[in-house]
Amino acid sequence: MFLRMLMRAAVLRRGRAASALLAMVVAAAVATAMLNLYVDVQAKLRKEFRNYGANIVVVGKDGQALPADALDKVDSALAGHGLAVPFAYVVARTADGQSVVVSGTNLDQVRKLNTWWSVTAWPNASLDALVGTRAAAVVSPVGKPFDLSFQGRTTHLNPAGTLRTGASEDSRIYLSMKDFENWTGVQPSTIEIASSGSPEEVDALIQNLSQALPAAEVRPIRQIMEGEARVLGKTRATLAAAAVLIVATAALCVLSTLIGWVFDRRRDFAIMKALGASEGLIGGFFAAEAAALGAVGAVLGFGIGVGVAAWIGRVNFHAPVVPRFNVLPVVFIGSIVVALVSAVLPIFLLRRVQPAMILRGE
Amino acid sequence: MFGRLVYESFRRQKRRKLLAGVAITLGVGVATAMISVATDIGDKISRELRAYGANLVVTPQEDTLDIQIGGVDLKPPSDGAYLNEADLPKIKGMFWRNNIVGFAPMLPVSVRLTEADATNLTLLGTYFSKRLTFGKEDFVTGVRVTHPWWKVQGAWPDDTSSDVLLGESLAAKLGRKTGDEIEISGQPHRIVGILSTGGAEDNQIVAPLALAQQILGKPGAVRRLYVSALTKPEDALARRDPKSMNPEMFDRWYCSPYVASIAYQLQEAIPHSHAEQIRQIAQNEGTVLSRIKGLMLLVTLAALFASALAVSAAMATAIFERRTEVGLMKALGAGNVSVAALFFAEALLLALISGVVGFAGGALLARQIGRSIFDSQIAIEPVLFPVILAIAVIVTFAGSAMAIRRAVKFDPVYALRGEA
Repeated sequence: MFLRMLMRAAVLRRGRAASALLAMVVAAAVATAMLNLYVDVQAKLRKEFRNYGANIVVVGKDGQALPADALDKVDSALAGHGLAVPFAYVVARTADGQSVVVSGTNLDQVRKLNTWWSVTAWPNASLDALVGTRAAAVVSPVGKPFDLSFQGRTTHLNPAGTLRTGASEDSRIYLSMKDFENWTGVQPSTIEIASSGSPEEVDALIQNLSQALPAAEVRPIRQIMEGEARVLGKTRATLAAAAVLIVATAALCVLSTLIGWVFDRRRDFAIMKALGASEGLIGGFFAAEAAALGAVGAVLGFGIGVGVAAWIGRVNFHAPVVPRFNVLPVVFIGSIVVALVSAVLPIFLLRRVQPAMILRGE
Repeated sequence: MFGRLVYESFRRQKRRKLLAGVAITLGVGVATAMISVATDIGDKISRELRAYGANLVVTPQEDTLDIQIGGVDLKPPSDGAYLNEADLPKIKGMFWRNNIVGFAPMLPVSVRLTEADATNLTLLGTYFSKRLTFGKEDFVTGVRVTHPWWKVQGAWPDDTSSDVLLGESLAAKLGRKTGDEIEISGQPHRIVGILSTGGAEDNQIVAPLALAQQILGKPGAVRRLYVSALTKPEDALARRDPKSMNPEMFDRWYCSPYVASIAYQLQEAIPHSHAEQIRQIAQNEGTVLSRIKGLMLLVTLAALFASALAVSAAMATAIFERRTEVGLMKALGAGNVSVAALFFAEALLLALISGVVGFAGGALLARQIGRSIFDSQIAIEPVLFPVILAIAVIVTFAGSAMAIRRAVKFDPVYALRGEA
């Protein structure tokens, strides 16, 4: 009987029930989208911040070269959650005796690590060099091949492209690690690491690396870490404030629709009471109806909200926001609570009224 | 008569009007707060991004190559050209002077602690928070603005003193602490603090610029200048070469705070200089900024959508409850137009009153968000007021329209018999 009343109530007043359900679905969808976005935005923005390049640097103590297995150890500690690029440096002399810093590195990985480097053409052949703009003006002003010497050994390099960064890289010449080691025999002295983890994960990684590499100094690049923490924190706080406001507005929308819906059915209420239903039963009936509405609305809204969040992710971050199912219980329970509150509130007001008054249309 | 109907409706149905009014007020308030925050967030985040430090560097035009490995300068101090310290305040005379958050000159010199000690240390001369004057304007600038991640245990030295800061690693190596004296090139200096930067400065001595110039024997010399400026993200115009622009386009480029046009103006302000954007900072700033702005724009749209929905739900409920009244009016001979006009007039009045209250509340809310998150005011554009009010009226009308249509079409007989 109870179930049948619930079903009939929904079917007979399709229009009103549908509009209440619609409000519920939209509110749940907006809440889901906001919560999903709030949870996921940190990961999304952190990825953007990794474009700033390395956040950890490993250097040999007192300018010594790093042990040969250092890069392997760093790679295994990273376990795929980031990028580690080795750098070796020497000061070489040009044909007319000027000093210039030459660096050997893994050029393919540098390209991924330092996305802000503005490069005319990346070297790909052996003995091709990437020449900083200021260094280019000294060693090869018209793009001709040039000679460099280091400790009596000379190498002949071909300037494949020029590099512009606005920092000390502009005065350097970059070679592939193989060409560099063949020429100088110098091992990498620096590993730059871009770790994509949270601040706690980065701290743990630094601890791990310090233990694995006692001969090296592992330190965070504070400029990058602190800037990121600050901007990320403020963005998240703003988004949280926005989420609270939007969820509150959505709840308000549900509240006003549902209150109207229940008020509208005061005649049902009066008839049930006139036929001898107890107040508890009537309260239970309206509450069950509201809870069912809330539950259905929450599930439908969750689906739509996840879609909206994914769309926002694709439009703004070019990567969809991953659905977070731990948001579902929050939305589910929240929806039911709001629905219950908006159903019970008018019943409390109606209880004081005599059924006869309502039935007479007063 | 019409006025009296509207007036009586408000007087007698205080509770219902209040409910709808509260919904509109909240909706308008949320919309106002979100729009204010979204329009101002670019400015706020771009200030926060200055925590990454300088985005421009100015070097002498005729400079030799940097010989720098891991942040340590290996260039002989006699080598290379210098900028003139006396030219620096001219930066505050530039077109985009208000976008310059700060600047810090750097002069590294190589020093020995005692005659017997063979190892060379780097002493870096700079401004900490130096008071400079240009024209009538006074301003304070230095590394405390441009390098906010520099942390000092103890005190920052005064720019006019001969006190120094000791890098963290260097202090540990030398076994010195705050308050000790250190002899640099035969002169005793007081260590007022220990500096931690996470960079090459941890192994250096950092001192006021005048002290470095005195040790080098070149008064007024500056090796390079770091400038932290608020810039606009690059767009198609910014990527063009200024030399290939026609005069009109050049003016537009010159008067936009692109990092390239600020670099151009720095070169104009400081003679014989070359200004370059630090791409690591300048390029990424644009991407991060546009991502956050885009995010807030989409979230603001969601907020506007939610508040529009809340307003129309409240209005629909308020009108639907008054079917009996509509029936009575129609039974007494009122036409559809006059019934609709009455409802729209009520909606307009409600929207205007609630809109004003909501705008004030939203402005307060935005101010509160600005203060608690960004420690600064969020500017409320006065032009927002009519816009918000218009939006409130439109949304209220749109929300009421469906309900009014249904109420007007309703057969008065059913309404009066209470068979709705």
